[in-house]
Amino acid sequence: MLPDSKIPEGPLAEKWEKHKFNVKLVNPANKRKYDVIIVGTGLAGASAAASLAELGYNVKAFTYHDSPRRAHSIAAQGGINAAKNYQNDGDSVFRLFYDTIKGGDYRAREANVYRLAQVSVNIIDQCVAQGVPFAREYGGLLANRSFGGAQVSRTFYARGQTGQQLLLGAYSALSRQVAYGKVKLYTRTEMLDLVMVDGKARGIITRNLITGEIQTHAAHAVILATGGYGNVFYLSTNAKYSNTTAAWRAHKKGAYFANPCFTQIHPTCIPVSGDYQSKLTLMSESLRNDGRVWVPKAKGDKRDPRQIPEDERDYFLERKYPAFGNLVPRDVASRNAKQACDEGRGVGTTGLAVYLDFADVIKREGADKVSQKYGNLFEMYEKITGENPYELPMRIYPAVHYTMGGLWVDYNLQTTIPGLYATGECNFSDHGANRLGASALMQGLADGYFVIPYTIGDYLAQTPPTPVTTQHPAFAQAEAEVRERINKLISIKGNRTPTEFHKALGHIMWEYCGMARNAEGLRHAKAEIQKLRKEFWSDLKLTGTNEELNQALENAGRVADFIELGELMVEDALQRNESCGGHFREEYQTPENEALRDDENFAYVAAWEYAGEGKPEILNKEELQFENVKLTQRSYK
Amino acid sequence: MSWISNTFSSSIGRKVLVAITGLFLCSFLVVHLIGNFQLFKNDGGAAFNIYSHFMGTNPVIRTLEWVLLLGFVFHIYESYTLAARNRAARAVAYVESRPSQNSPWYSRSMALLGTIILVFLLVHMYNFFYRARFGDLDPDINNNADLYTLVYSSFKQWWYVLLYVAAQVALCYHLIHGFRSAFQTLGLNHRKYTPIIRAIGYAFAVLVCAGFAIMPLYFFFFKPELAH
Amino acid sequence: MAGSNPNAKPMNLTLKVWRQKNRNAEGGIVEYHVKDISPEMSFLEMLDVLNEDLLHKGEDPVAFDHDCREGICGSCNLFINGRAHGPEKGTTTCQLHMRKFNDGDTITIEPWRANAFPVNRDLSVDRSAFDRIIQAGGYVSVNTGGTPDGNEIPIPKPIADRAFEAATCIACGACVAACKNASAMLFVSAKVSQLALLPQGQVERKTRVENMVAQMDKEGFGACTNIGQCAAECPVGISLENIAILNREFISAKATSNNLA
Repeated sequence: MLPDSKIPEGPLAEKWEKHKFNVKLVNPANKRKYDVIIVGTGLAGASAAASLAELGYNVKAFTYHDSPRRAHSIAAQGGINAAKNYQNDGDSVFRLFYDTIKGGDYRAREANVYRLAQVSVNIIDQCVAQGVPFAREYGGLLANRSFGGAQVSRTFYARGQTGQQLLLGAYSALSRQVAYGKVKLYTRTEMLDLVMVDGKARGIITRNLITGEIQTHAAHAVILATGGYGNVFYLSTNAKYSNTTAAWRAHKKGAYFANPCFTQIHPTCIPVSGDYQSKLTLMSESLRNDGRVWVPKAKGDKRDPRQIPEDERDYFLERKYPAFGNLVPRDVASRNAKQACDEGRGVGTTGLAVYLDFADVIKREGADKVSQKYGNLFEMYEKITGENPYELPMRIYPAVHYTMGGLWVDYNLQTTIPGLYATGECNFSDHGANRLGASALMQGLADGYFVIPYTIGDYLAQTPPTPVTTQHPAFAQAEAEVRERINKLISIKGNRTPTEFHKALGHIMWEYCGMARNAEGLRHAKAEIQKLRKEFWSDLKLTGTNEELNQALENAGRVADFIELGELMVEDALQRNESCGGHFREEYQTPENEALRDDENFAYVAAWEYAGEGKPEILNKEELQFENVKLTQRSYK
Repeated sequence: MSWISNTFSSSIGRKVLVAITGLFLCSFLVVHLIGNFQLFKNDGGAAFNIYSHFMGTNPVIRTLEWVLLLGFVFHIYESYTLAARNRAARAVAYVESRPSQNSPWYSRSMALLGTIILVFLLVHMYNFFYRARFGDLDPDINNNADLYTLVYSSFKQWWYVLLYVAAQVALCYHLIHGFRSAFQTLGLNHRKYTPIIRAIGYAFAVLVCAGFAIMPLYFFFFKPELAH
Repeated sequence: MAGSNPNAKPMNLTLKVWRQKNRNAEGGIVEYHVKDISPEMSFLEMLDVLNEDLLHKGEDPVAFDHDCREGICGSCNLFINGRAHGPEKGTTTCQLHMRKFNDGDTITIEPWRANAFPVNRDLSVDRSAFDRIIQAGGYVSVNTGGTPDGNEIPIPKPIADRAFEAATCIACGACVAACKNASAMLFVSAKVSQLALLPQGQVERKTRVENMVAQMDKEGFGACTNIGQCAAECPVGISLENIAILNREFISAKATSNNLA
């Protein structure tokens, strides 16, 4: 049974204010008696760790990186949205709320999204005060740019490195608390399980990645800020270490997993060049402002693109969507690229790419002007592919980029386990079935700086401020389970490496649960994944021991969890008999091949409950109430 | 006064001392070079000996001599202290290192160049300074100690000339790096001024060292026998 | 056309890789051969191939740090053929591609070497010294909430741009690795000048530079001798001007602060 989502009563605009007044407070002298564990030190984790330590709580922060500054938040390029309306162009909290709900294809909670839009303005102030060097106008005020899915300029940015600058801001705030002794930082330490005492989250089990030491840590509350699970596809724009283990372990201890099948595919990534490919690199969406997407009209046309005359090219986005052209939303652009390639008209050696051509704009505006706009992106493209985009059209292909699904949380960001919270990409809360550009940074920081510091107090105030220890037998038991699992992985001594299993999983997920899904394919995928899981536990190959830096062992544990999550994603995609946002079911489309939503039957959050080893997961539904926006079908024709 | 010792024993503090003393020693080089131009006067060394007599007896100069000595001592001591610390900062060396692809050799060899200059300095000080001040030089026609003759006879020996010229080459490279490096250490790096400082540094290093190097070469190759 | 280049011939390479079991173990170079390396691979993908090979043979894979593989997280840190991040300028190891090498090449791969960066295993080093330097003062002491509006203090664009350029440091440690003196001045200076340039950084300007330099010295990094190897090898182009700013900030803080220690 799904617990109450704790959405406050009253008008949308007053919910958060009212809620902040109604939550219980921990008095300042008592705060130092509470310990809070935060797993992950990206935007959501570092901001929460710093803010809670500033309030007086004792924080233990964990990261598997060698430094908090390496979290994958650092790679976000574009920017961060905020309803500042500095541009006088009609922006407001309500408009940001509306754009986000609509962009998410009406599968997010109104109250959460409205709060996100409200606190967005505070984020900018906070970051500026920390010394984050946002882009500025000549008059010295903050600059904005526009981004997909919005008709106003509300995106704050620091060249193409906004995520880096915001993360370094949060990292600096965290570092300050480490220096004060309010945060104890554990680097190169991976969470391997959650410890529950009397039905509540009470601590975690970790492994020191350098020495292999297994440790137990107790606290009054645990926050997971462990990011998304896009690497279930093996190839994605996520960092190599990004994984689902912490969230998945919590899921298996009782935290529901919401909307796992909602994944975002980004249309403009550098295509795969070979089997050895280890990750995909995003090229900013802004390129579609001037680049024209095309493939040859004829199948298997392998000519040099410059030799293909105009009338033998198919500018398929401009042809199909005359109103929006190359600027259709991410999911539409991605699906059409896939379609062209499926028809055998893809380009490059693999046939899995389409051209993004800048010849026209270079001719029109000159190479200099184009270089000013996109110089650094062109350079990056050339570094990776060895091709000069001023001369040859870029080759691009869609890639997995973000996961909207995640641990189910209520309005307080608490999971279904009391005392366990999830923030940032790790939770499911704000983006519905599709995330708008420049909203991930906003959500991570909103959760960490401005939501969790209020809502966690409500729980802690109802928890006695007595010291917590790892003496409870639950710790010993969880530790033993972790050790047993590691020993099991090492003792299989089969023939296939963790990476080989990961690639096999990624292949299944991408083929059957990627840009377009259908019931038959999903059922096939489910069987394939179950088979793969069996093979994994009988044919895995590892070397070395637990008591050393053993990267293959780390990877094996993560792949094992990805395999289980993959199956749940397929299950979720299978039950959602509609198309919405990033979830496109081929059976449910309009005559023009657009996503066909079913608000009558599917306007709910699918929250999956772990039922035990070998048993099917239980689907719980949280019906979504839309009182402030009207549900409409998107059209970009 | 712990803040003073803390400041000057920090890595940057020591560098600042090296930079300040380095620039001070540069100013000494200019004075020394100009004075030594007396050697080129074709008067059998009379002017040079007057000059050296003045330098050896004038109370202002004698006081500044101690300042100069302090400059040398600090420059050398701080540099060696830093060099030792820097060497110790990487206990395990790279198996393969190709620094020539990212920096000029002389910038990486300041301690070595400095050591060559120091060796030269000791020989130079013993031969000229010590013997002029405490030694046994005969008087010249003006009754000044005849340092000129000593210079002359020294510069007629090929190995001595070689040592001097080699030392000037070392000094030149030491200065090319040292001059601009001193400004960087003192915090002066600006897109307007840094190119100018670099140019002046080059010119200064080449001109000063060439000036000093010409002296032994001139005596060795062009100066006829003394008419004693 | 690369990526779709049928002429790109696979390469066979000899790798001389530093292997070291753990921090206290003796290390040494071990030679490996990798075959059929595509010129389109990134350097780390080439190492992935080696590691899969080793794992299949039952040998321990080579440990190395990496994560984002798009040049921004600062994790990757290999000393390749005598150069920090290898032969290509302005490039992290993960963005270095095998097309920069030739068939038959021998490539030497070592970890960063500095006492302040002890080796964890093989090519992975401990760079927590950088974190401790930031903890010593690389921040503005503002708590969450209660900050003024973002547009309250205008910042001239050229200043904001320069602060941004300094702030782009990815803390990979190539500056330390490349420097003959294993000095961390470029890293420290990037943070000090970012905050010294911005109005928000003024309040703690003096204590910040004093404390960060003190921590830097404590960590055992060498001193700067203005050689410039750091900036030459920096993958994100942090300029030497920052070191001059750091020197200036340090001198003036020491001369004028109330700190008697």
